[in-house]
Amino acid sequence: MIGPRLRAVIIKEIWAVLRDPRARLILIAPPLIQLFLFGYASTMEVNNIRIGVLDLDGGRWSREIVERLEGSPNVREILPLRSDIELRRAIDRQQVIAALRFDQHFSADVSSGRGATVGAVYDGRRSNAAQIVSGYVERIVGETGAMAVTRAPPAIGGSAVTHWFNPNLEYMWFVMPALIAVIAAVSALAVVSQSVARERELGTFDQLMVSPLRAHEILIGKMLPPILVGLANVTFFVILLPTVFGVSVTGSLTLFYFALIFYLLALTGVGMLISTVSSTQQQAFLGMFAVSVPMIILSGYAGPIDNMPAWLQVVTWFNPPAWFLEISEGTFLKAMPAGQVLANTWPIMLIAAGTMTAAAALFRSRME
Amino acid sequence: MTIHSMRLRRFTALLAKETRQIVRDPSTFLIAFLLPVLLLFLMGFGVNLDASRTHIGLSLQDDSAVAQSLAATYQDSRYFDVRASGAMAQLEPMLVAGKVRAIIVIPQDFGREAAKGGGAIQVVTDGSLPNSASFIAAYAEGVRATWAAQRATDAGRTRTPPIGVSARFWFNPELESRNFLVPGSIAVVMTMIGSLLTALVVAREWERGTMEALMATPVGMGEFLATKVVPYFILGMISMALCTVLAITVFGVPFRGSVLALLLIAAVYLVPALGQGLLISSGLKNQFVASQVALLTGFLPTMLLSGFIFEISSMPRPIQLLTYIVPARYLIPQLQTVFIAGDDWSLYLPNMAVLLGFGAFLFFLCVRATRRRIA
Repeated sequence: MIGPRLRAVIIKEIWAVLRDPRARLILIAPPLIQLFLFGYASTMEVNNIRIGVLDLDGGRWSREIVERLEGSPNVREILPLRSDIELRRAIDRQQVIAALRFDQHFSADVSSGRGATVGAVYDGRRSNAAQIVSGYVERIVGETGAMAVTRAPPAIGGSAVTHWFNPNLEYMWFVMPALIAVIAAVSALAVVSQSVARERELGTFDQLMVSPLRAHEILIGKMLPPILVGLANVTFFVILLPTVFGVSVTGSLTLFYFALIFYLLALTGVGMLISTVSSTQQQAFLGMFAVSVPMIILSGYAGPIDNMPAWLQVVTWFNPPAWFLEISEGTFLKAMPAGQVLANTWPIMLIAAGTMTAAAALFRSRME
Repeated sequence: MTIHSMRLRRFTALLAKETRQIVRDPSTFLIAFLLPVLLLFLMGFGVNLDASRTHIGLSLQDDSAVAQSLAATYQDSRYFDVRASGAMAQLEPMLVAGKVRAIIVIPQDFGREAAKGGGAIQVVTDGSLPNSASFIAAYAEGVRATWAAQRATDAGRTRTPPIGVSARFWFNPELESRNFLVPGSIAVVMTMIGSLLTALVVAREWERGTMEALMATPVGMGEFLATKVVPYFILGMISMALCTVLAITVFGVPFRGSVLALLLIAAVYLVPALGQGLLISSGLKNQFVASQVALLTGFLPTMLLSGFIFEISSMPRPIQLLTYIVPARYLIPQLQTVFIAGDDWSLYLPNMAVLLGFGAFLFFLCVRATRRRIA
């Protein structure tokens, strides 16, 4: 099935990738470092915060609130402030993310039932974290307020919340499957985008052109190593996720790998396009970078696709990682049924067909 | 001709060569102008951390008027877009498929319970998106609580909470996540130009053999490094200026500090960024390896470990310690301040001092790395 020429070119290309020991290391180490770094660093929780308190009251209820804040698992330290000027400075210099201000009559107002108000100032420069902290503060103040009212308020309903697929909302459960899609894309693109550009920069591309190899044979030879690198990296992650990070597989791995093949094909096509239009390795690398940054941002990893404006959501239809991220999350967390996996795979297939055809056509035209 | 003027001529000649190489290469422009604009647009429009009009499913299992009224409240809510309503069995597959991100269940006896003053709903969220899930749960309860309070007011039963919180968000009262994402993107852009582009330049000379040719000339290594640094420094500043203009005009990010402060902040940051790029480049001599190392030590830490997107204080201890050696960590607070809060030199100066310290150290290593090879 595979002719001797094709076999020779495949062996040559695999050697070209694996020969340099540093390059070999670069294929394995960064994806692993990325997995650990991203996995532990990307957290949307807000913990270990410092809150400033300007307590002009010093009465029972202000102390109660401060004690509760101190006891909160999210708060690391309470910074006592003595004046409004100090409060302003603490926020300005980002010593604290929030500051509470109790005025002189605070406890008296609470006890008398007149209704009292806590002043809260947040650092809007970090608006996302500040919003989350304001949630903590409101909850603690609300609880203290409920305590201050002697008679329990009448039951007014509420909502019972269940989080499916990830009952404790562990952010890592989301990040890890998403990283498979992202890191596989980055490592496969890095390898394939260098392939043709490197030969051209070193001048060996001309030698390839005068060899008896056909265009499609060179192309297959160039595309196989990145696909193998991608498969190897993903397999490594699929083993690490349940064993080290505690994210187990609930869906079908067979379907996952089926989709993965097309995902890698689609990416290789993109990388080959970049490599073919580049005349130096620098151009290929920068081109690869310029493509992978928007790919990652529009994959749903950095922020949910649901929150994007409608026109940008349409753009994500053409982004392979957006589809594969859905499959990866589904396979790990949601026990996604076959129909759903396929519904996310066929768009990848279409993209793969498109990028491969374009890459082959461009490559052929460059060969002549 | 004096020695001094000869050195000057040599320096300007090399500088001209380096500049021409940058101007000639379309990929430099891609990274210095096109990608920053793209990144700013994506960060400004694409990454929105505040949930907006989430798709939900509604399972109304009670046909009392009260339940209908609550269901209508969800239908009209500006936080939710009710995509489907029906039995749980119909809605569950939609949650798996990601077509809805939550299901709100108004249970059978809701009307009777509500008449007694109670009445709880159930919220089932898609936990595979944890950040959205917690937002959605909070909003769903918020809509219900507002509805219940309105009903209580209509019935003449009002309750004021004993302690209220008057919250003020300084600098960014509208809580636009764009206001911190866009200035943060400028840090990413400057890191790209400082570390990524320069990481390739010396490695390229080694790989192509032009380094040996340069060594045969009387050019000193300090001089050589300077000609590599100056053009990229200027490129970085131009790109930063472009981003700033876009941030203010297109994205409406406020600019409350002074232009002088911004220029100084950017210039100081480029020192360690360029030093890092050059060190990678002169140490590794291979473009592919250098580019990957630059990505791993320059670009990724700036995205992840600088406090730009993820809060440093929430990270595990070892990773928190790691953030202290990420230069961008000292840039992000300065950028956020100069844009959103206004000049505060007591915040700028210590951060600048640290960055200059990093820069001096990296350039020292660079000079040593290049000198040794020549010996």
